[in-house]
Amino acid sequence: MPWIPRGMRNGIVTTRYPRHPDGYGPGFRGSVAVARDVADDVNLEPATQACPTGAIKVLEGRPDLDRGRCILCGRCTELYPQVFRFQSDFETSVIARRALVVPPDNEDRESLERARQELGGRVKSLRRSVHIRHVDAGSDGSEEWEIAALLSPVYDVQRLGVFFTASPKHADLLLVTGAGSAGMLGPLRETYDVMPVPKVVIAVGADAISGGLIGEGYATRGGIGRTLPVDVHVPGSPPSPFGILHGILVAVGLLPPADGGRSGRDAPDAGRTGNGPVIPNVRHHEAAP
Amino acid sequence: MTERAFDDSMTRSFVDGVARRVGLGARFCGLFGSACEGGVRLTAVMADKEKLTTQRVLLPAGTHEFPSLARRIPSASWYERELRDLFGLEPVDHPRPDPLVFPFSDDAERPRPGTGHVRAPVEPDHTPLDIHLRGEGVFTIPYGPVRSGVFESVEYLVETPGEDIPHLRTRIFYKHRGVEARFEGMTVDDGVLLAERCEGVASVAHAIAYCGAIERMAGTEVPLRAGLLRVLHAELERVANHLDSTIRHTEGAGQAVAFARLTLHKERVQRLRAQLCGSRFGRGVVIPGGASGPPRLGSSALLDVLGSLESDLRSDMRLLLATPSFVDRLRGTGVVPADIASRYGSLGPVGRGSGQTNDVRVARPYDGYRRLGHQIFEERDAGDALARQRVRVDEIWSSFHLIRQCVDGLEELSEPERAMWSTPVEPISGEELGWSEAPQGEVLYLVELSEGRLVRVKPRSASFHNLALFPLAFPKDVLTDVAFIEASFGLSIAGVAG
Repeated sequence: MPWIPRGMRNGIVTTRYPRHPDGYGPGFRGSVAVARDVADDVNLEPATQACPTGAIKVLEGRPDLDRGRCILCGRCTELYPQVFRFQSDFETSVIARRALVVPPDNEDRESLERARQELGGRVKSLRRSVHIRHVDAGSDGSEEWEIAALLSPVYDVQRLGVFFTASPKHADLLLVTGAGSAGMLGPLRETYDVMPVPKVVIAVGADAISGGLIGEGYATRGGIGRTLPVDVHVPGSPPSPFGILHGILVAVGLLPPADGGRSGRDAPDAGRTGNGPVIPNVRHHEAAP
Repeated sequence: MTERAFDDSMTRSFVDGVARRVGLGARFCGLFGSACEGGVRLTAVMADKEKLTTQRVLLPAGTHEFPSLARRIPSASWYERELRDLFGLEPVDHPRPDPLVFPFSDDAERPRPGTGHVRAPVEPDHTPLDIHLRGEGVFTIPYGPVRSGVFESVEYLVETPGEDIPHLRTRIFYKHRGVEARFEGMTVDDGVLLAERCEGVASVAHAIAYCGAIERMAGTEVPLRAGLLRVLHAELERVANHLDSTIRHTEGAGQAVAFARLTLHKERVQRLRAQLCGSRFGRGVVIPGGASGPPRLGSSALLDVLGSLESDLRSDMRLLLATPSFVDRLRGTGVVPADIASRYGSLGPVGRGSGQTNDVRVARPYDGYRRLGHQIFEERDAGDALARQRVRVDEIWSSFHLIRQCVDGLEELSEPERAMWSTPVEPISGEELGWSEAPQGEVLYLVELSEGRLVRVKPRSASFHNLALFPLAFPKDVLTDVAFIEASFGLSIAGVAG
């Protein structure tokens, strides 16, 4: 009995995200933003040298950073604060792998839009309720904590119709963590195969996307992209619970991916029926400084 | 028969020497290999009261065997299986020499860390693994590697006649990532980033142990304020991990409100860590030579958060440990008797729940712990999941106490001490041990450097050492206890599989 009033002690602690932006974490390292314009006389070579995962490339004096490799160590932000800058933004999930490279390439818009529409069409039936299966394919263990946090009252993903399931046969969505360890590739593939269609794969974290700092070795495959078709990429090392939640909502077409544009829901061939959860199209809000 | 390695009197006297010292009361901490030009160097690490001692021997190139210690020192078993997998060294007369960290299909595939050579991708060879228990009415139930819930991948093979668990085997190779090979050739600064990712839930403890080895080699003294900041982050990490273990108990026992309360508190801890340093896992705080910079949260704001967190936690923990449907589930579950815990040199809360007192923070104080007072806990020796739970709760309060001391210490420092966050570490050569007390127990790092580049890094997590003991906690338990016993060990598979 004493537990019942205890459950109410701290009032409502649940975030209102995504209906309302959550002001989480000033100072939290969500992602690295890259300035588009860099003065001609700035030599960015030391930044590419300092990056432990080779995420930074400089072409004709213009830098780009692959968030799929970035482990948020902050070396580039210390060397060139005018070019690389941490932001608290956690809405960093994208659909196409190449959309993780910032600043975005505007010429690519059309093909990103096509990828979005394809996914949007596929997940039409999952919007009101989606069941998730998680598989660890060689993580460092931290990603599991961040996924499990989604079940705490702070995130309470059940309110959004998101449920975790023990059986892959009930699962619509596969959350995969880890750099793709050789031992897990078989079980991972088997899990994916027995999932019913439509099925969606989310790579959670830099390790799952590119191998991260572990990279490609004798026992890892530089992420899971060569084993499974990845639909949504959630960068970070590890991504925060909010980042993972954003990825889940991008996967089912309820939120737009980080590369902007429309969410899958608004895609022309993704007609919407019924009275599913009405979630306003949350645009990128500038995180608190 | 080729030339037998253990005819070599050097190897024989090495093994006997280790066994003798352990027989005289030293705690066996690990047996590690490093491939080098002349063959494979073996390093045995033992703890004799407060001091770590090592014993070394070189197995010349072409050696394929060494005499096993596992029958004399049971906790050597996993280290020897690891040596077999990674270096192709057969422990002769080992009681159960199955593949452990990875089932390689032939000798050429073995990574032999220390050599720095390019290695081709490997696939697990399942043929040597299919040894199941046979007999009338006896069967093997595999749990994993894909678990029911959000867990790390591991497989437990439960060998059972139906309900009891006479034997349990653990397969960890699914997650083997080849971390030790990845360290080779890295700079000292990159190495700490990888150390943070060996066992992600104990990032701070691993970074401290790794940096400790480097700093000892360079003769660098970590500035006091950096040492205090390291302790602050390490203790927050401990609180988060101990809460995680408790959360898994409440989930298993169906304590829905307690689960909700504790997951809320754990999230508060993770957010506090992010507010202090930008990372929810304290990554980037510990760097070779010190700490990366001042905490981003003022001490009064930090103390406010700590105060409300601790008062909520005290009240919830008091109620939880007085809730019969929770306590009864843990009492008598997963008993590790004190004599077994002692023989295995079990670490951290697992050891401390069975009457073992080894705690690196007290035995070999490092960084800020040298300056801080410790609380003495009530001794727990029941050895069951409840004893481990009580140890964790005690440790949470002591962590809060330590964190407050760190905050005060950082405030009180005089001006010159306040100016420095790190001491430069010169590129150096040599080999040293580093250590720390992670939430799971003692972490060891054996680091070898040559002109500022890492030649060989061997991380030894407490999870690796304790998981070997895991099957021994089952004889009196039934299938439904597995989840509780696992949660009460509180281990991370990433730190075990390497």
